[in-house]
Amino acid sequence: MFSLLRSMWLVFLHMFHKRETYQYPEQKAPLPARWRGRIALTRDPDGGERCVGCYLCAAACPVDCISLQATEAEDGRRYPLFFRINFSRCIFCGFCEEACPTYAIQLLPDYEMAEYNRQNLVYEKEDLLINSEGKYPGYNYYRVAGMAIQGKDKGQAEQEEPPVDIKSLLP
Amino acid sequence: MATIHIDGKSYEVKEGRNLLETCLSLGLDLPYFCWHPALGSVGACRQCAVKSFKDGQDTKGKLIMSCMEPVKDQLRISISDKEAAAFREQVIGWLMTNHPHDCAVCDEGGSCHLQDMTVMTGHSYRNYHFTKRTYKNQYLGPFLNHEMNRCIQCYRCVRFYKDFAGGKDMDVFAAHNHVYFGRHQDGVLESEFSGNLAEVCPTGVFTDKTLQHHYTRKWDMTYAPSVCQGCGLGCNIIAGERYGSLRQITTRYNGAVNGYFLCDRGRYGYEFVNSPRRIKEVAIRGLTDTAIDTNTALQYLQDKCKPGRTIGIGSPRASLESNFVLQQLVGPDHFYLGVSDTEHDLVSLALKILRQGPVRTPSMQEAAAADAVLILGEDLLNTAPMLALSVRQAVRRQPAQEAMHTAHVLSWQDAAVREAMQDKHGPCFILHVQPTKLDEIATGAYHTAPDNIARIGFAVCRLLKAPVPEVKDLTEQEQQLAQQIADALMAAERPLVIAGYGSGCEGVLRAAANIGRALHDSGKPAMLALTTPECNSMGLEMLGGHRLESAIDAVVNGEADTVIVLENDLYRRLDKPVADRFLKHCRELVLLDHLYNATAEMATVLLPGGTFAESDGTLVNNEGRAQRFFQVFTPPGAIQESWRWLLMLAAATGNERLKHMAYLDDITRAIAQRLPAFAGIERLTPPADFRIAGQKIPREPHRYSGRTAMLADVNVSEPKPPEDEDTALSFTMEGYRGEPPSSMIPFFWWPGWNSVQSINKFQVETGGPLHDGDPGKRLIEPGSNGQHGYFMDAPEHFVPLAGHLLLIPLYHIFGSDELSVHTPAVAERMPAPYIMLCPEDAQRYQVAENHQLQIAIDGHPYTLTVKLNPAMQKGIAGVPAGMPGIGISETPVIAKI
Repeated sequence: MFSLLRSMWLVFLHMFHKRETYQYPEQKAPLPARWRGRIALTRDPDGGERCVGCYLCAAACPVDCISLQATEAEDGRRYPLFFRINFSRCIFCGFCEEACPTYAIQLLPDYEMAEYNRQNLVYEKEDLLINSEGKYPGYNYYRVAGMAIQGKDKGQAEQEEPPVDIKSLLP
Repeated sequence: MATIHIDGKSYEVKEGRNLLETCLSLGLDLPYFCWHPALGSVGACRQCAVKSFKDGQDTKGKLIMSCMEPVKDQLRISISDKEAAAFREQVIGWLMTNHPHDCAVCDEGGSCHLQDMTVMTGHSYRNYHFTKRTYKNQYLGPFLNHEMNRCIQCYRCVRFYKDFAGGKDMDVFAAHNHVYFGRHQDGVLESEFSGNLAEVCPTGVFTDKTLQHHYTRKWDMTYAPSVCQGCGLGCNIIAGERYGSLRQITTRYNGAVNGYFLCDRGRYGYEFVNSPRRIKEVAIRGLTDTAIDTNTALQYLQDKCKPGRTIGIGSPRASLESNFVLQQLVGPDHFYLGVSDTEHDLVSLALKILRQGPVRTPSMQEAAAADAVLILGEDLLNTAPMLALSVRQAVRRQPAQEAMHTAHVLSWQDAAVREAMQDKHGPCFILHVQPTKLDEIATGAYHTAPDNIARIGFAVCRLLKAPVPEVKDLTEQEQQLAQQIADALMAAERPLVIAGYGSGCEGVLRAAANIGRALHDSGKPAMLALTTPECNSMGLEMLGGHRLESAIDAVVNGEADTVIVLENDLYRRLDKPVADRFLKHCRELVLLDHLYNATAEMATVLLPGGTFAESDGTLVNNEGRAQRFFQVFTPPGAIQESWRWLLMLAAATGNERLKHMAYLDDITRAIAQRLPAFAGIERLTPPADFRIAGQKIPREPHRYSGRTAMLADVNVSEPKPPEDEDTALSFTMEGYRGEPPSSMIPFFWWPGWNSVQSINKFQVETGGPLHDGDPGKRLIEPGSNGQHGYFMDAPEHFVPLAGHLLLIPLYHIFGSDELSVHTPAVAERMPAPYIMLCPEDAQRYQVAENHQLQIAIDGHPYTLTVKLNPAMQKGIAGVPAGMPGIGISETPVIAKI
């Protein structure tokens, strides 16, 4: 009898607590910046595509829902010819983001992706690529990589010496 | 045998080898860079350090480089010793100080020996925070990318390119920590084996350029064990596919055939599979408005293929199964060999020599162990490139033995042996119509007409005391040469004679057979290698059929209405006017092929056949070795194996001979039953119902990615993966993950060994055979009936005919093969059509270099650009063989000026 009354009292007290329910969709929950939601392909500070098509995200993906084809542009930059994520398979584990060596693929705090038609959950590159650096501003892979691209020749990356003069005999 | 103790455990091992290869053969993991099983040790990278102990009491020990240490009895070493492990980690740390932050954009990533070794040593954090050294790259031609920043200075590239393959245009430049591996200036790498640098290089300095155009990581490809289609040698390859196109060819190690390497035609000539000229759907002339499906085509053909009125033309580039099924479909009396008559004569003579003669034909690895070589009328680098690589190793044999003896070093101490032998070469004689690239290693090279080469061959045979008639009126120089050759061959322990289709002259083959026999009769284990032009020339010849010429008669005389052509372009087998006449007379011309070629232009029915990557089948190489190749992927549309098309046709026409046959195993069993020459080919690979632990063998690595996305753009519901009913391989990543039988290894991978270096986990010992034997079965063994004696008729001395030139074929590694020229990179290396004359002939016909010369063959005119070569004999002209846009298919032939 006592426990019954106690329970009713506790339930009654809840009427004065702060409400946990969000009136979605009018009201949205504040999400932490590292929340793993919609996957996007970001750009580097110069506006170039960050993705170099290294296939590591695809390899890390436990449900194999990422497929892409790497190719090389005239200026020497590598980029994905196509980049497809099948969100109907994606489990939002974030392994792809962890695997990405260029901070290109990022999971953003956005979950509003529901569709009536499953086919619409297949995202191509144009659906994934955003005009932003995402969570990691300032990073430009080609500034640290040794590959030469247009506008950054050998020896012009960070922490690089000018190219060796192989004709030189100096020690 | 010796007993050695590694980390407290005792092992019985072979003496005389080095410690590194011994450890690897025992299955132990020990990192290394500069050592390569085919190249030996130089001790340059310091990566394979182990601790060696004086005796059981010694606890301190000393660090040694295992690749430089010969195995001795009671040797005590430790691999896991803390100091040794720390040393190895430190070495990687140093190597990585200048290694760029490139893995994401590096084509080697995922199959990189440097990545594997870095993980193996446990080096994970960079302690060096200063600047990195950089280099400028070079343009190295259409086959290879160059990215010098990634170099770790292991010297493997120059050791392979210069020392092993004899390349002249690559070396190491500069000094101290600036050494540079490349050419003296930008330019195309000249060696025919340059592509191997991509596999030899432990990191991404040299990478496959054709792969880069459709780049895919190693873990993402669907692989199948396959056999190269480039020439008659049958090198083993691994073919990889992704998104429905073939992406890359890599070496499939076969200890008896190609070992660790491939030639550039084999490695890069694969892109015809992805060609826009592929025949993908059924086509029937006159029925263009509706889409024609397989059933319509079969119904149409059912009426056309009447027994007795249908003939079949086989192909030396189609599998044995396809040729056999066609032969059975039309009946052996109506089956014709789809090769030119000259080629048929040469290959059937070669088969006769190998079957009836007493001399053994060597595998390429046996050829590399010869100690004297005689090449008659072959430009090996262009007709059988990998055999040329074997010859290069063979000429090192004698001086290397000598050096090992005098300098007291072992064969794997590569730098020491090379230093001791300097530029010395063992005996090697090359007789050809013009200088070849191999002449530089020849003790004697001589250039004359094919008939004269045969005469010198007969003279050599006579000098070897064989009962053959004397060859008169040789010049003094020729006599001397014959004597020199005879002496060298007699002095050798394992002499090797090489001839083949390259000379286009039967006399040369006979001379080679005679020399082989004479050496054999004098008690030597002589070897006779005869080259064949295409991947299944030997198999087709063993299958047997009528000459192509008689097919023309049959059709022109109205004895046959329907001609079924199997994977063949008849314009490459017959001169254009002859082919035109033949094909115009065919009422119904059914072509079963994969590329739209000149014959397809004339065909009334086109059936899309699968290439090697889309079919299973068997090929027989020049030594008579039958080898199975497996389908890599399931092609789109109506494309299917040629034999499957023919079986469907057989079922539609109610053929009795092919009743109850549906799968590959049915056909191979039937071949083995009906044709005793092929006994055993049904056991080349395990049958289709073979399972390990109840599972098939997966074609895809376990890290294969994108399964649920790659086809999602078409339909988000994934289709059922294709099933392989013909073999024990599966098209998916599911299946048995351990080591498959050696004949069906789809790719080389081992835990911790992602790169091609994982091969050593599949071998009995490093550089030795694969675990359950090297795949393939030799169908021809020498002297089975021993009846055959010497050939007695040496050809007549070559006499130029006034106003005429004898056109002889000159082969090109890039250009003479029908299929490989469809790779843009290979086409780039193809020479322009030409006619090669000696300056005197040019003067006589009043032409100079680059002039146009008009010649006539059987009254049909041809115009070619003149090239001069003082080494050519008078009255002889060379034309590139098999090159697109020439139209002369039957060579040698007399041409009128």
